[in-house]
Amino acid sequence: MLDLSRIYDVAVVGGGNAALCAAITARQAGASVVILESAPKAMRGGNSRHTRNLRAMHEGPTSVLTDSYLEDEYWDDLLRVTGGNTDEKLARMTIRRSSRVTPWMLDCGVRFQPSLTGTLNLSRTNAFFLGGGKALVNAYYATAERLGVDIAYETEVLSLDLDDGFAKSVTFLRGGEPVSLRAKSFVVSSGGFQANIDWLREYWGDAADNFRIRGTPYAKGVMLKDLLAQGVQPIGDPTQFHAVAIDARAPQFDGGIVTRLDCIPFSIVVNSQARRFYDEGEDVWPKRYAIWGRLVAQQEGQIAWSIIDQKSANLFMPSVYPAIRADSIGELADKIGLDRAALEKTVADYNAAVVPGAFDSQKLDGCHTEGLDPPKTNWARKLDTPPFLCYPHRPGITFTYLGVKVDEQARVIMADGKPTANLFASGEIMAGSILGKGYLAGFGMTIGTVFGQIAGQEAAKRVRN
Amino acid sequence: MYATEATQAAKHAIEICNACRYCEGYCAVFPAMELQRDFTDTDMAYLANLCHNCNGCYHACQFAPPHEYGINLPKHFAEVRVESYAAYAWPQPLAAMFRRNGLVVGVVSALAITAVLVLSALLVSPGLLFTAHTGPGAFYQLVPWGVMAAVAGATLLFSLLALAMGVRAFWADTRTSLSGPVTLPALGRALGDVLTLRYLGGAGEGCNDADASFSLARRHAHHAVFYGFLLCFAATSVATVFDHFLGWVAPYSWYSPPVLLGTLGGVLMLVGCVGLARIKLITDPAPVARRVLGGDYALLGLLSLAALSGLLLLLLRDTAAMGVLLALHLGVILSLFVVIPYSKFIHGLYRGAALLKAAIERRRNRVLAG
Repeated sequence: MLDLSRIYDVAVVGGGNAALCAAITARQAGASVVILESAPKAMRGGNSRHTRNLRAMHEGPTSVLTDSYLEDEYWDDLLRVTGGNTDEKLARMTIRRSSRVTPWMLDCGVRFQPSLTGTLNLSRTNAFFLGGGKALVNAYYATAERLGVDIAYETEVLSLDLDDGFAKSVTFLRGGEPVSLRAKSFVVSSGGFQANIDWLREYWGDAADNFRIRGTPYAKGVMLKDLLAQGVQPIGDPTQFHAVAIDARAPQFDGGIVTRLDCIPFSIVVNSQARRFYDEGEDVWPKRYAIWGRLVAQQEGQIAWSIIDQKSANLFMPSVYPAIRADSIGELADKIGLDRAALEKTVADYNAAVVPGAFDSQKLDGCHTEGLDPPKTNWARKLDTPPFLCYPHRPGITFTYLGVKVDEQARVIMADGKPTANLFASGEIMAGSILGKGYLAGFGMTIGTVFGQIAGQEAAKRVRN
Repeated sequence: MYATEATQAAKHAIEICNACRYCEGYCAVFPAMELQRDFTDTDMAYLANLCHNCNGCYHACQFAPPHEYGINLPKHFAEVRVESYAAYAWPQPLAAMFRRNGLVVGVVSALAITAVLVLSALLVSPGLLFTAHTGPGAFYQLVPWGVMAAVAGATLLFSLLALAMGVRAFWADTRTSLSGPVTLPALGRALGDVLTLRYLGGAGEGCNDADASFSLARRHAHHAVFYGFLLCFAATSVATVFDHFLGWVAPYSWYSPPVLLGTLGGVLMLVGCVGLARIKLITDPAPVARRVLGGDYALLGLLSLAALSGLLLLLLRDTAAMGVLLALHLGVILSLFVVIPYSKFIHGLYRGAALLKAAIERRRNRVLAG
């Protein structure tokens, strides 16, 4: 429990993976630590609750990873997805340190799936948490409690008193009254701002109301906004977010993994005009799923529909929402509220443009259309076998890229380039420093774990000096 | 199987689980689920019986209440399990015994115990029941061996028949396209799963007995009950051989095999039952199906009573209390025999059958997938 009369050595703002790694590391280094988590206990853990694995460098097979995954390959993968929008020094340090995190995680009670299972064929590069991210979060909270870290739930930090690069206190509400808590050093691990619809509206207008937020509703970016307003150096494009095309029937927040839809490569995707707008078969799905959130966000009403026929019904993971079914394209148009003639024409044009080929769902099969704009360059098969199935899509936002800049010691950097004295950051709030664009599966957890450990260590060290 | 509120709720949950699959490392339920896309109510009976109620998937679930999806598999599955026992019960009119099972098991047990006590009192002269008897054949002065064997044997045979018919109906009804003949490797795997309680093991740390933390207490307590029961059964079997084939008439000395086996078994059962009941009392109530708890406690109570009355009989067999204790113990054993097919007792057989089915399907799927 939180002791308001106390001056803690380290106060950690946030309650997800990065916050927990920072709190545990600081406590292990001898500091007294408090975690200030805005969510109630049942919803604790931020977006980490929805995660599943962590990308870790390794030189040979381990108990949780197969084969090897070396620094240069890891770096190349990161360079490819970010298009160079990264910081090589911070990135390589993160990659190198990722090779040492799994034993520490095991010590903290985190358990992994045996390396050879897992449905996503990522067991060479990524270690899968047994039971997923919430199990990991549970293990870390249990460890933090056992070590004597104080934990305050439903404690949303509203502001941090930053004076000339020195953090003095944080303010939050207790029983409706603002309360200040002092500490010798601070770690902010309070995530991005993707759950703050008003903030998104500043860049996206009313379209923001049609976005779905895949993760926690508690990532409102309150701390991020507060720090940026006090002259902390921003990093990452504030207008940008990572988004995938999820099922439009998902709840506004917290739909998580089960709202994901993997049917697009085998479908045609139409907008509210019943027109196609992008090549659905451009590349294998793992390399394309992240662009479709943005593509749908650019359509009228931020909605689109993917249509397949019975031939493709079982080619992708089942979705939590059932497909909308119809025996004809016209009937399907009626069911989803599109213009009947327009959709029939789009499908007819597409069918007429399909060139026969050897369909193979497992690779780029070259089955394509000819004379169609936009073309479909792989997995193009005629939609001719009823029942026809349709899934509606909306943009599902995973995280925002805007963050605070940090250095190798996880120190928050001021706009003038000087590091703060006792303010550290870890997790999504600083991830833009390394991942300025795109995404690499399991890398968010790597950044959170590595920078959580660094921030915890440095914050504890700062107290001792 | 027919559709009920519980099977519908379970089906809704399992469709969400099948789109998530984060729990696939926990137990046999999730790999079995992943072999399918569309689910029937019968599939729920199968998956529910595969579930060991370890609560791992509940505490690890990002969609557990208060999330609007409200996923709570342990609770849904506990309800579906009891409904499946009723759906496959033989003869069908007795399926009603699974409604308010705690009360039913309690009343049936009380009746059986009373009947044995009253009959003993009627069959033997009142003086005999309350006098100390010692030496070979002391027990049979009170309840003649023939009567004991005939009543117990007939009851047990009927119960075994009812059990077999129920499991057979379950086995036939849950047949799918992946089902196939029982093979030795699958049988070996399933037997290993049962004898080790593999799926109460977690990643070596056990189940979520009380909360999100892990513990092996439930696994150990269940082992104590299970192996204690087997030891008691072994004690009875050995005693039957001694008595019937070797002509060594009970009671036996403290250091004889039947008494040693029975004592160890009784103590284990008692310790295990208390352990399991304790976990039920301290566990987070959220993933618990309250309406099946009565049946759970009733069986734990009956098994404890069987062990306790047996141990007391052993301790006090040279005293005047022996007569009443013997009648009580026999009454408890008789009620156990009567309720076996209509109580929580049958979970072991359904679970074993489900584990066997899962082992067969996993192997066949591997072959089909190449």
